[in-house]
Amino acid sequence: MIKIVDYGLGNILAFQNMYKRLNVDVSVARTAGELADASRIILPGVGAFDHAMELLDASGMRGTLDDLVLNRRVPVLGVCVGMQILARGSDEGRLAGLGWIDGRVRGFASLKKDELLLPHMGWNDVHPLTSTPLFEGLRPEGRFYFLHSFFFECAREEDVAARTTYGIDFACAVHADNIYGVQFHPEKSHHFGTQLLKNFAEL
Amino acid sequence: MLRPRIIPCLLVHEGGLVKTVRFKDPKYVGDPINAVKIFNEKEADELIVLDIDATATGSEPNFRLIAQFAAECRMPLCYGGGVKTAEQAKRIIGLGVEKVAISSAAIENPRLVAEIANEVGSQSVVVVIDAKKRLLGGHEAWTHNGKKNSSKSVIDVARQAAELGAGEIVVNSIDNDGLMSGYDLALARKVRDATRLPMSFLGGAGSLADIGKLIAECGVVGAAAGSLFVFKGTYRAVLISYPAQAQKEDLVHTNLAR
Repeated sequence: MIKIVDYGLGNILAFQNMYKRLNVDVSVARTAGELADASRIILPGVGAFDHAMELLDASGMRGTLDDLVLNRRVPVLGVCVGMQILARGSDEGRLAGLGWIDGRVRGFASLKKDELLLPHMGWNDVHPLTSTPLFEGLRPEGRFYFLHSFFFECAREEDVAARTTYGIDFACAVHADNIYGVQFHPEKSHHFGTQLLKNFAEL
Repeated sequence: MLRPRIIPCLLVHEGGLVKTVRFKDPKYVGDPINAVKIFNEKEADELIVLDIDATATGSEPNFRLIAQFAAECRMPLCYGGGVKTAEQAKRIIGLGVEKVAISSAAIENPRLVAEIANEVGSQSVVVVIDAKKRLLGGHEAWTHNGKKNSSKSVIDVARQAAELGAGEIVVNSIDNDGLMSGYDLALARKVRDATRLPMSFLGGAGSLADIGKLIAECGVVGAAAGSLFVFKGTYRAVLISYPAQAQKEDLVHTNLAR
């Protein structure tokens, strides 16, 4: 079953509602025991990077999560800050990230582009770059809702699954093996988001 | 390309969906949850829900109602009304709302903006400024649903909110509310130029052309409207509407290119 990791951040309810409409079984994991039998994992998150890492560490689910994702290769989808913590670290904080995808999170403000309104808020085009089935039905582009001031900078170009332009071209989706992350909010992106979450369930 | 957002704004009064004129005479227009369902189907860009009773009557936010909105809403949701503490804001975000709007409390106690931003992140903090023309020029921020004059200039309130960590400013024109005769474009432009935050404007939109004018004036902006999306025709019959995707794209491309 798909498990949504509830470590105190992110819109758990919105994911549940989306999957309910798709007739896909999901449940919420608040403990390591509840997470253990996951066949897919959604890692949501909003707010600050360090806050997310602190809460995840305090949730008691970190060890199980590592085991499921790294040893048993269960597909995981990080969303928004849940995507950013897949990186090694972030300019927003001092804590180490999960480090599952090689890269670092940077601030749009560091680009020194004065014309850029921050946060990056609203609907923007998402251009998939690879053949990942996560973006099935969303090529050549989909439209998704963004709300963030920091972005993922991949160390390896092949990990960039999709790009969006805001001041620069940035990695709005990352993918390596069974690990996926999206900066935008599929749970709030109407039929585009529904399609992506359906694709994730069917990976 | 990041697009301007076209945002229905729903006012809640005594549990019903209402529409006001110049912040007065709330007219009942239907069931708010039903309206959310319709805007889901129409794939609205975002939704703003404002409880216009909570601050005026000094009551707590209606968490039960907020939970219902959050559960039903398949687009990003901004909720405002009666939020006075960081704890309340955190609880609202926890119910599945993307953005919390504060208005009266932010103007009377600006530090609250920073406190809430610390708890939930800047991206989720929206400061709503209810703006009214001053006789001698300029605009002042009013609070308590348009009943109290803070005597602070709208521009100063917007700048201060940006400094304290707000993630968005919504300017609501009391003078134009419900008139459907167009946005106050001069005000919109002045506030737009005052900060580098995303910005939304509310009050006065009577047609998609009005939204087009706002986009032409302010670029990538949130164009919010109440009456436009709940009334139809000269007799203001209640009928919920929202532009189709193709209409929206056309509106955006025509006006952003100018």
